[in-house]
Amino acid sequence: MTEIGSSDLGATPAKLPTSVRRQPGVARLWFYLLLLPPVLWLGLLIILPHIQLFILSLKEKVAPRVYTYGLDNYIGFFNEPLYWMTLLRTATISILATALTLVIAFPVAYYIAKMLRGRTKNLIFVLALLPFWVSELVRTLGWIMLLRETGIISNTLLSLGLIPERVELLGNDAAIITGLVYTSMLFMVVPLINSLDSLDDSLIEAAYDLGGKGVAILREIIIPHAMPGIVAGSIVVFMLTLGNIVTPAFLGGKNSIWFTDQIYQKFIVRFNWEQGSAFGFLLLITSSLVVWLGLKLTRQSLAKTIT
Amino acid sequence: MNDTQIPDLETTDVVKNFGATVAVDQVNFEVKKGAFFSILGPSGCGKTTLMRMIAGFEGPSSGDILIRGSSVIDVPPNRRPVNMVFQHLALFPMMNVAKNIGYGLRRRGISGKEIDRAVDAVLERVGLPGMGPRKIDQLSGGQKQRIAIARCLILEPTLLLLDEPLGALDLKLREQMKIELKQLQAEIGTTFLYITHDQSEALVMSDQVAVMNHGRFEQVATPQELYYRPNTSFVAGFVGDANRWSGKVETVSGDELRLHGQGGVAIVATAVGGISVGMDVEIFVRPESVFISRAEAEIAEFDNKIEGAVDSLLFDGGRSSALISVAGDDRDISVALPQTGQFSNLQAGEKVYLGWQADQTRCFAANNVGS
Repeated sequence: MTEIGSSDLGATPAKLPTSVRRQPGVARLWFYLLLLPPVLWLGLLIILPHIQLFILSLKEKVAPRVYTYGLDNYIGFFNEPLYWMTLLRTATISILATALTLVIAFPVAYYIAKMLRGRTKNLIFVLALLPFWVSELVRTLGWIMLLRETGIISNTLLSLGLIPERVELLGNDAAIITGLVYTSMLFMVVPLINSLDSLDDSLIEAAYDLGGKGVAILREIIIPHAMPGIVAGSIVVFMLTLGNIVTPAFLGGKNSIWFTDQIYQKFIVRFNWEQGSAFGFLLLITSSLVVWLGLKLTRQSLAKTIT
Repeated sequence: MNDTQIPDLETTDVVKNFGATVAVDQVNFEVKKGAFFSILGPSGCGKTTLMRMIAGFEGPSSGDILIRGSSVIDVPPNRRPVNMVFQHLALFPMMNVAKNIGYGLRRRGISGKEIDRAVDAVLERVGLPGMGPRKIDQLSGGQKQRIAIARCLILEPTLLLLDEPLGALDLKLREQMKIELKQLQAEIGTTFLYITHDQSEALVMSDQVAVMNHGRFEQVATPQELYYRPNTSFVAGFVGDANRWSGKVETVSGDELRLHGQGGVAIVATAVGGISVGMDVEIFVRPESVFISRAEAEIAEFDNKIEGAVDSLLFDGGRSSALISVAGDDRDISVALPQTGQFSNLQAGEKVYLGWQADQTRCFAANNVGS
């Protein structure tokens, strides 16, 4: 009995068709083939241009068509308060807008993920996505219709007699933040719904049963569970906000310049690609730094956010 | 009335409607202090809804729920002296064991040192000392079970609700946890209200069992009574195994009925509830109530006697049984095999004699079958 069994076992691999016994070399070839598209994408579209930009940012023009290498473009940024204060302001408002987006999106996401069921849930979710079928440009123009001096809000307030004369609501930081929050909403709501969906209702009930109240349950159960979604949403929203160009340009005025606008000015208006590249890198460094700090402060990691 | 006479839990005419469906229908029962009370029923019978009403997650459509004599209808779950062990335990994965157990005390605003002491004490009591720093996902199924119970016990609830907490465990662990739970309850003396669809869990652990079906309590009794003296055909069919016949009553004398089963088998049975001549009835006989013998003389004393042949043998260790085919009945009779050895050589096709007493043959009016 055992003899038959063992000889059988020994014979099995030899009987397998050759196609099943895959050569290790073939498997490796497949691995490289599958790796090729992302490597090409990253290499050609992201890494190569960035290397070019980085080299450009270190170039200094000493005479027409004569360049040397140095840190002048970066030093110039720190020597001109307009530049670094714009970046500082852009980062601060972006953080503020991200926080505001989170505060507004969280109840929405919680309502969709936890309070609704079945068809209503899908319907409301789609309704939340619907505005994003329209381009950002058009949506921002919509805000102009609402906020300008002869716009809907100003006119309504006037006709209700709440204000003595028309008000201009455009051209300030509040208008920018409003637009940014509106534009970013989707990118916060979707990851939040995802993470809240996986929260077992019985955990909330158990917390309630054991004596917890609303705020304590939110702090100790719901937010810790939703943390990966909060982090993912905040990173995406912050990056998009910091790098946004349409919304600040349309809704902000002369006194609220966004840093992306500075970069645009350097490249397109001044044709100073060298300093523009330096500014681009400073923006990248700033966003990476803020994200890194945010992760440290919330004791999260990117890996945890993705899984 | 002194303190011991007030039941820990009492419900009066509790009804719960979800739209047109009645999930819980006029349920009245009380649970005495220190009892292990189970609600047993098939899935969808309303037992979970009833428990959620007691915990406070649902409000009854009408009726009242009293804990220690005072109504808790208007008391939210976080202020009821009742704690619940959830079906999937609902341990907080974002906290370690000690934080999980201490959660309720923290919410009560008790100082950290006191909580640590209480957590250590309760961990000791459930047999898991020193497990405080562990993470939830590092625990085995049985350990999680005990942590979930400890998390409730630390709050010293009047009543501990358990919603099929053994459902997720494998068979072996479930058997072990049954005994552990019963012992734990006896030790600490907290009143347990246990919900299950598993009759063995209910019978092994409980002092009292309520059998629930279609939102109503069919019978509330001790496990022994439920098993040996079921009041309704549903209880007779749901609790334990039974041979089941339907038939028409021929004569009635007191509680004793004579009738013919659908295959023509003559049966002497005991009536449960009002039964009169000509009624359609359901008859239940437990496999272990049937005496099996190879000699006709040995079954002479039984009220019901029948001759048959072994159709098949179902070997299951101590719970082995045989299916006996009898003339005139297309369904086999299931008979528990005595484990004394004399039937260890029983063969399929062998001729055997079966006998059982009328008082172990329970007969119910057929109109409440499956109601």
